[in-house]
Amino acid sequence: MSTSTAASGVTPTGRSETGGDGEISIHAFRGRPKPDLTILLRIARMALRYRWRMAVAIGATIAAATFQLLVPQFVGAAVDHAQGSLTGGDDDARAALTVAALLLLGSSVMRGLFTMVHNYMGESVGQHLGYELRLLYYEKLQRLSFSFHDRVHAGDLITRGMLDIEGVRKFVDSAFLRLILLILLVGIGTYILLSADLVLGLLALSFVPFVGWRAVIMRFKLGRSWRMLQDRLSVLTTIMSENLEGIRIVRAFVARVHELDKFRRVSDNALALAKQRISIRMRNTSVMTYAYFCAMGLVLWVGGLKIIGGEITVGKLAEFLAFMTILQMPVRHTGMMINGFARASASGARLFEVLDLEPAIRDKPDAPELEIRDGVLRFDDVRFAYQDESGDREVVSGISFEVRPGRTVGIVGPPGSGKSTIAHLIPRFYDVTGGAITIDGQDVRDVTLESLRRAVGVVQQDTFMFTAPIERNVAYGDPWADRDRIAGATESAQLHDYVVSLPLGYETLVGERGISLSGGQRQRLSIARSLLPTPSILVFDDSTAAIDAATEQRIRAALREVTENRATIIISHRLSSLMHADEILFIDGGRIIERGSHDELVAAGGRYRAIYDLQINPEGGPAAEASRRAGEGAGGGEPS
Amino acid sequence: MTVSPATTAPAGPGNGRLVLALQGDRDEQIFGAAFDGGVIGRFLGFLRPYRRRLLAAIAAVLVFTLTQLAIPLIIRYAIDNALVQGATDRAFLELAVVAFGLVISVNAAANFCQLAIVGSTAEQVLFDLRQAMYAHLQRVSLSFMDQTEVGRLMARLQGDVDALQEFLESTISAIGDLVLLLGIIVVLLGLDWQLGLFTLSVVPMLFVVRIVWLPHARRAFVRARQTSSLVNGALAENVNGVRTVQEMNRERVNFDLFEEKAGDNLRAHLKASKFAQIMVPMVDTLTGAAMAIVIIVGGNLVLRDALDLGVMVAFIFYVQRFFDPIRSLTLQHTMMQRAMVSGRRIFEVLDVPIQIRDKADAIEITDFDGSIEFRNVTFGYLPGQPVLKDISFRIEPGETVALVGPTGSGKTSITALAHRFYDVWEGQVLLGGHDVRDVTQDSLGRQVSMVLQEPFLFTGTVYDNIKYCKADAGYSEVEAAARVVGAHEFITALPGGYDTLLQQRGGNLSIGQRQLISFARAIVADRKILVLDEATASVDSYTEMLIQRALSRLLEGRTGMVIAHRLATVRGADRIIVLQDGRIIETGTHDELMDRGGLYFRLYSMNYSSFDDIPDELIREVLGTGSST
Repeated sequence: MSTSTAASGVTPTGRSETGGDGEISIHAFRGRPKPDLTILLRIARMALRYRWRMAVAIGATIAAATFQLLVPQFVGAAVDHAQGSLTGGDDDARAALTVAALLLLGSSVMRGLFTMVHNYMGESVGQHLGYELRLLYYEKLQRLSFSFHDRVHAGDLITRGMLDIEGVRKFVDSAFLRLILLILLVGIGTYILLSADLVLGLLALSFVPFVGWRAVIMRFKLGRSWRMLQDRLSVLTTIMSENLEGIRIVRAFVARVHELDKFRRVSDNALALAKQRISIRMRNTSVMTYAYFCAMGLVLWVGGLKIIGGEITVGKLAEFLAFMTILQMPVRHTGMMINGFARASASGARLFEVLDLEPAIRDKPDAPELEIRDGVLRFDDVRFAYQDESGDREVVSGISFEVRPGRTVGIVGPPGSGKSTIAHLIPRFYDVTGGAITIDGQDVRDVTLESLRRAVGVVQQDTFMFTAPIERNVAYGDPWADRDRIAGATESAQLHDYVVSLPLGYETLVGERGISLSGGQRQRLSIARSLLPTPSILVFDDSTAAIDAATEQRIRAALREVTENRATIIISHRLSSLMHADEILFIDGGRIIERGSHDELVAAGGRYRAIYDLQINPEGGPAAEASRRAGEGAGGGEPS
Repeated sequence: MTVSPATTAPAGPGNGRLVLALQGDRDEQIFGAAFDGGVIGRFLGFLRPYRRRLLAAIAAVLVFTLTQLAIPLIIRYAIDNALVQGATDRAFLELAVVAFGLVISVNAAANFCQLAIVGSTAEQVLFDLRQAMYAHLQRVSLSFMDQTEVGRLMARLQGDVDALQEFLESTISAIGDLVLLLGIIVVLLGLDWQLGLFTLSVVPMLFVVRIVWLPHARRAFVRARQTSSLVNGALAENVNGVRTVQEMNRERVNFDLFEEKAGDNLRAHLKASKFAQIMVPMVDTLTGAAMAIVIIVGGNLVLRDALDLGVMVAFIFYVQRFFDPIRSLTLQHTMMQRAMVSGRRIFEVLDVPIQIRDKADAIEITDFDGSIEFRNVTFGYLPGQPVLKDISFRIEPGETVALVGPTGSGKTSITALAHRFYDVWEGQVLLGGHDVRDVTQDSLGRQVSMVLQEPFLFTGTVYDNIKYCKADAGYSEVEAAARVVGAHEFITALPGGYDTLLQQRGGNLSIGQRQLISFARAIVADRKILVLDEATASVDSYTEMLIQRALSRLLEGRTGMVIAHRLATVRGADRIIVLQDGRIIETGTHDELMDRGGLYFRLYSMNYSSFDDIPDELIREVLGTGSST
């Protein structure tokens, strides 16, 4: 089954799912990096779609910034009043002080309220965007075809869904709106300060261009190192999880030192990158703060000179300094903001990479539902090739056969011969690259995927157990099935007795947090699962390999009623599983080498016969040997 | 029937499981104490190697804070000495500006030191923690590993370590904030204690507000975290099971279920955000009130010449900065709680006991003949439930013995004991005449190689996988090994030959091919004893033939202990041990066993291609009454 899974397809529109460049899959799935700005703009555009929330958030930001900027003026006025330099008498000064204090309190309250609204709305937009992205991402992953999932690590996809959505969301509610606030503060502040005193105003803001310049530089450096670090961390994840999954091999080969070295090499590398990031960030943050303080010193100096020259009052200087104090936090946060930008564009890139993929396999526009009349499955000169760096590799070629309802076709052949691919082509897990597969004359590519997959049940060699009660797992494809039908299916699959022997019966939890089932039990559950939706066409893809022969016979007997009016395909290595089929296809190299009934194929003395001799009939077969032995005695058990 | 996974040893809750199972329930209990002395203590242990750097960082934080505090004081000095109406003095102004320049230069230097040292040390410690966990997991007993989901361990190795990162980075800035807060209080009271007390009188209000607010906010935060983990769990499961989802046409149902979870998550987060944001206007109002107090009270004092104007200005600057640390400290609390949980989870992994250790006087195996002997071995995974009962047998050097018996009969346990993955309860396991507990694990490991039922391949090239941990194996050696097991042909047919990168666990190879590569790996390792758990199924007859041929080459000149599932393998063995329910019930050559007409004879003649998944009824029938699994 393995070679056939690496299939792919190219879609007419959009980017294809296929991008395999032969590297290990962590890296395989990465097209050319898009410019950061494009990604950030795209996120911003998405956020701006929440129009009224965004409008309220931005309005509140403007209000909050304005009120915040009023504070220095009141401070300046208060200082002057306290000095008694503006008003005549002390009483007037006292009254003026009270007014200034109340105005200051009032604008602080207003500023607080508007900041609350701004923060809440910002987070609201971020959360809604996160929600929307999460649903889009989930849906996209469900729709992307097997060839995509063959190529991309599940862990990688989960990380994207967790951390990268978080990165994009945080960007909206912190970095993006914070940037707007900063721009407003600087913008409105510039206006107020420049109109108050041109020279002092210019000095007070002199650090802004410098900070902006450093921020841009930092942005580029961080973006690059962030991506490199992410890559290293992904490799580290792979190393760790493989080590833990293969712990027995590690122990068996006494490979602890080797494994630790492997880990340490990547870990040290990642650590160096992480430290480099920190140094970039911290260097720039402290330089920015320094520039800010230098500007403050200049204001103090020149402002002081102006006071001495009698041009301005002490209150004015206090106003300028108070304004600068307001800017201190945003300057300190620039580093964080830039970090948020870097993270968002990296996260956004990784997320959009998936979201922008068009499933290679999807419904044609206006595709009709599959209409089952008899349930006749036909393969017509079917070809399938998958692409890799060496070009197209055909794994199935020129396969033609027909299965009628109530009939069974068996498929046998060496691994990699294309057997599983044939099974996967029927419900369009992959698309044929030549020829056609039809059900009652309808090409599978012309009907809706949903109706097609409802009609075709593929019982896989290994199936996934969801963390849910056994009952829910069996009824996975038909969530509304009642207990009787579920029990019926498990009985046919010879699993019912086992399930009821468990203390919790059908309520027993399986999957990651539940009990684990043996390979044979999983396969039996898989069979039961496929029987419930009552498909018209049943495909057993080596789905009894881990089930012992006797149980398999009982399953077959039980299935006989069920499959009476269905077309059945059995793919197996075990001849006893399929020798009763109406027609048996022997596949090798993707082609049908021999075909016919069991008796015909055995009589023909070809490849099928060779396997028959090996499996069922070695030197007359074990049964024969046993009886022979009963008569004569000793023999030779030579190694094969 | 036992509920055991196909490939690992019989399951059962060992000590390890209990530890992590308990934690499983605690996973959701995100918001416990914000301060856990035990966790902090352990954590400090990891900081110890860097204590010099941390001391330097703390010194830098102090210097940084002091310079921060000094700035308004310099402004005050300038105003009062150089800029007072009618008494301006240029020289004092210039002195103040020079002092300002010096202070901010020191401030910048201290700031950089503080940030850089803290940041890089935090990263270093996190990597140390992760490495410590990883290294520890390489040594803990396999019974722990058997019963712990890899995903759960990975969550600790990554998620929890990442959670600590946020915490560590903000902790030092929190220390800075705290120092700044105290410094401001001290300076305010020092400048003018009356005005200082008036100004600080608003602070208790904040505490009152917080006491009312916290319990409600905490509930909302807990809920938000819980819904997040539910959503992420649902996503992860769907990604892992995506093929089944598509096969079963479940996309729509799953989407609806997910939408519901995501919606809950959205609402919970919005609610939490409301609680978080309600504090903003509170703090701002209090800031405004404090400033208003400075202006009215201080202004009046200035008017009466009872206070210098510069002091009033300095007060205003201090108050402006005063509430910033308070606000960030509020956020710290949540982060601390999260960090404590993560810390506990990390130390839990580090605390999993290492049950199998070298004795102090363990010897290196030097002379080794390759014999295996079990003497009256009793062993199990759960107290009171032995899996092996008084097992004794000896395998001579160079002999191949097949272990045969139904699932749960103890075959896997025997192979695991030969490698000392576990320690026996009673009796002895001897390799080459040495009790496995008397020799070093490393030297023991160098005598035994293992091939697992499911071949495990690592991400990397074919060459890397065959060579595995034998660093000095060159291409020629690897190729020779591949030729011996008959893997050379298909490897050279791969697009990149020996340098072909294998996908996730060798996904681009067939099961049979993976098997052959794992055989080649055992050849390269070249050990006297080979323990092999034969693959059960999924291989066609041609590959089967290849594998059988490879197997006999592999066993040439080695002592072999094979858990056999295939007739051909069983028949090829020099001797067969038939196990049932933890005891040896038959032993002998194929012919001898066939002549005895016991369980082996029955299984063999009934044409079971696998000896594994045998119905209980059959065993009962063969063994007569009395026995059960």
